[in-house]
Amino acid sequence: MEFDKMTALELGRMIKNKEVGVVEVTKNALENIEKRDAVYNAFVTVCFEEALKQAEKVQKGIDDGTFTSPLAGVPMAVKDNMCTKGILTTAASKMLTGFKPTYTATAVKKLENAGAVMLGKLNMDEFAMGSTTETSYNGATLNPWGENRVPGGSSGGSAVAVASDMAYYTLGSDTGGSIRQPCAFCGTTGIKPTYGTVSRYGLIAYASSLDQIGPVGKSVEDVAEVLSVISGHDAKDSTSVNNSLKIILNNNIKGKKIGIPRDYFGKGLDGEVKDAVLAAAAKLQALGAEVEEFDMPSLEYAIPAYYIIACAEASSNLSRYDGVKYGYASPSFEDLTDLYYKSRSEGFGAEVKRRILIGTFVLSSGYYDAYYKKALQAKAVIKQAFDKAFEKYDVILSPTAPTTALKMGENLNDPLKMYLGDIYTVSVNLAGLPAMVVPCGFDKEGLPIGLQLIGKAFGENELLNVGYAYQQNTDYHTKKPVLKTGKEA
Amino acid sequence: MEFLTTLGLEVHCELSTATKIFCSCTTEFGGEPNTHVCEICTGMPGTLPVLNKQVVEYAIRTGLATNCEITQYNKFDRKNYFYPDLPKAYQVSQLYLPICQNGHIDIEVNGVKKAIRIKEIHMEEDAGKLIHDEATGMTMVDYNRCGVPLLEIVSEPDFENGEEVIAYLTKLKSILQYIGVSDCKMEQGSLRADVNLSVRPIGQTELGTRTEMKNINSFRAIARAIEGERKRQIEVITTGGKIIQETRRWDDNKGESFAMRSKENAQDYRYFPEPDLVPVEISDEWIERVKGELPELPEAKKTRYLEEYKLPEYDVEIITGSKFLVDIFEKAFEVCGEAKEVSNWIMVEVLRMATETATDVEDIAFDAANLGKLINLVKAKVINRGTAKDVFEKMFTENVDPEKYVKENGLEMMNDDGAVLAIVKSVIENNPKAVGEFKGGSQKVKAFLVGQCMKQLKGKADPATVNVLMAEELEKV
Repeated sequence: MEFDKMTALELGRMIKNKEVGVVEVTKNALENIEKRDAVYNAFVTVCFEEALKQAEKVQKGIDDGTFTSPLAGVPMAVKDNMCTKGILTTAASKMLTGFKPTYTATAVKKLENAGAVMLGKLNMDEFAMGSTTETSYNGATLNPWGENRVPGGSSGGSAVAVASDMAYYTLGSDTGGSIRQPCAFCGTTGIKPTYGTVSRYGLIAYASSLDQIGPVGKSVEDVAEVLSVISGHDAKDSTSVNNSLKIILNNNIKGKKIGIPRDYFGKGLDGEVKDAVLAAAAKLQALGAEVEEFDMPSLEYAIPAYYIIACAEASSNLSRYDGVKYGYASPSFEDLTDLYYKSRSEGFGAEVKRRILIGTFVLSSGYYDAYYKKALQAKAVIKQAFDKAFEKYDVILSPTAPTTALKMGENLNDPLKMYLGDIYTVSVNLAGLPAMVVPCGFDKEGLPIGLQLIGKAFGENELLNVGYAYQQNTDYHTKKPVLKTGKEA
Repeated sequence: MEFLTTLGLEVHCELSTATKIFCSCTTEFGGEPNTHVCEICTGMPGTLPVLNKQVVEYAIRTGLATNCEITQYNKFDRKNYFYPDLPKAYQVSQLYLPICQNGHIDIEVNGVKKAIRIKEIHMEEDAGKLIHDEATGMTMVDYNRCGVPLLEIVSEPDFENGEEVIAYLTKLKSILQYIGVSDCKMEQGSLRADVNLSVRPIGQTELGTRTEMKNINSFRAIARAIEGERKRQIEVITTGGKIIQETRRWDDNKGESFAMRSKENAQDYRYFPEPDLVPVEISDEWIERVKGELPELPEAKKTRYLEEYKLPEYDVEIITGSKFLVDIFEKAFEVCGEAKEVSNWIMVEVLRMATETATDVEDIAFDAANLGKLINLVKAKVINRGTAKDVFEKMFTENVDPEKYVKENGLEMMNDDGAVLAIVKSVIENNPKAVGEFKGGSQKVKAFLVGQCMKQLKGKADPATVNVLMAEELEKV
């Protein structure tokens, strides 16, 4: 039987009804990974033994009533920037060569406690810096929807593992769009929760004030279920809040006020993407929502403010990788400075170095006020603009990315172009808001298009409900790419 | 040319909370290297700090005890620099909104009173320790101290000489110990000072260029460093040179300071707000509660001891200068109720034994209640003073219970006047020559005869009784 095309909740139900065993579905998933990942390279580490051991344990737990979650026994996978005890965790960087944490990220732990079976760790842009998953030290991940197309990033592995039915759901992280843009490029559903909703403990930091873990899945229902498991206050993360979500989905969006910011549909937006997104708006209107355009002029500050704040924090967060304690150390060095210099020069990739340099520069004495402080002011302006919009609207609707999936290598050597691709996603992180992406069509090359829905702070339920109503009345999210296997490749 | 000296101090004080500032590891000193650590204090990837509220409580207490305003909206900032003893490559500290501001400590030097202003006190984490292994030529890192909470207490440049600095440090140390926020053990590095120093010719109004000497950890070394650096700067200026703003290291063995780094290549710490911690808000109620719980501070205690106990000012100065002597005083006083006696014992015997056994006052280990008991034994004439001194030595070194010890070793005074009288009589009988001299008018001989009695009595009699009996018996001869 082909389980792999099922959603996580469908499989969970079958497991609960004893129609299939956890070990059986885990074996099946591992076999699929062996065949498919030779093509797509979504995994950095596959946990063959650990997953089977976990599957046996979870089956027992389900049998004796320990695990009652609808996700119990469902195989999943985790972005490689989340620490997993005893399992290689590298954030797709040479810098963390051989690093096996002694602790597990809270979000992963919560899923483990709900009976999740982790298949492995997923590829990503190095330290989550990038929008294509090409900056990974483990090589690029491929998008199953098109020849030679990037999956987006930085959570490219998280989106591809779901799109190619290798994992039933995955965890990604989103600092400036890293869950949403790959979901748009790969036709998967994902959500970046309100900042503080999911504990960041054990998430290898890129930009601490913006990073947020979130689920990627095959449907809004799956994503909502995963989010309800991983959300909630964590004593180990002071910035986490008590937003334990008990999400109730219904089909009713009558009278919901949806705002469309005109500024998000201007220059640079691909026509096919624009049409698909506006068609989705029309669909929601047809389902009873009140849709209306409005002005939100703060968009122009988003990219510079984001890259200043994110890089500033990154330059500090990544300073700990110095070759002294763990991970990569240059094999030959003359003194302490040389050890730092060589280990960091050899251990980090070009994009990471670029962002460390930007961050170091903007925090330097004499420049702090001109850049970092200004960026914080811009962040406040953006937040105010959203606050104002949400006085009137329940949800804001926009494109996720200006285009569909790019060709491999297209942006890698043009960082500015790559940064501009984040235009519709970064302001959500700056404002700390929740935003989700649902598939809303395909371009003429058959590449998926994603609709971004932005919600009020802690308004995940309302937001997911709009996505749910949309998916109940469309079938874009059920479409599958034609998969290749290692043998054919 | 005559010169004026201007000094400012930055004091780092390790707080004696049970656990570290951002994790639950113990702060205990010592321990095998890297045994008091976890993934948080070693800055492993993905880990996050959670603030220990006790650190805030201690900081508020310190601020109130040093007359500071308490900042009610607090934030932490990151100070970025690379060094192997700093595992995150940044120190979490407070730059923009330190928890305490605008305080002062009153000092007195040679009878002159002066207030030293405190600019700010901020909370931060300590770093680890590098250990250079001579045998292998390797440098090892011990992260046990990493994340131990620190207060940095920054003074205004209000000092004019080393004496004022030492007076301030003595006062500060005693306050910190009184309020129980730190043990201030300088030899363990829990109190360290950075000294900023500049000189200028008398008549010049603007301050000279200052240098900073970091991490000096004994009062003696600080005094020497100040004198040494002052002389160096004056020499540089009088020989036509210029002082460079720089950090210098004081080598106390050589008695010289050495340049470490100048301002031109000073570190840019790239401070920015710590995004992993939320702001700490301190309510009026919190401040009021801490205020209400503050113990009696040195100044108030001094006044009270002078008025209530009528003790000599010098004694009070010494005793109230140390929380540990105050503890001994108050505990012993509670048992015996004899303030003057307790004070004398501390000033003479306790301090003598501390010197003789090279024990720091804070490390004196005997139970002070025993001193009260000892005083009671003397008062009740169970033992005499001579015996009491011997018993005290045992108490000091072995913490014996004086009541038990006196009983077990049969040290009680002979209070049977008949027995004492018999001894007096026998001494008179056996020393006819001396008695003759006494009769001839030599008073000195009486003391000799009493001494002979005490010898036979093995010191276990009240010398006053022996004296009286001897006088009576000699009359009869």
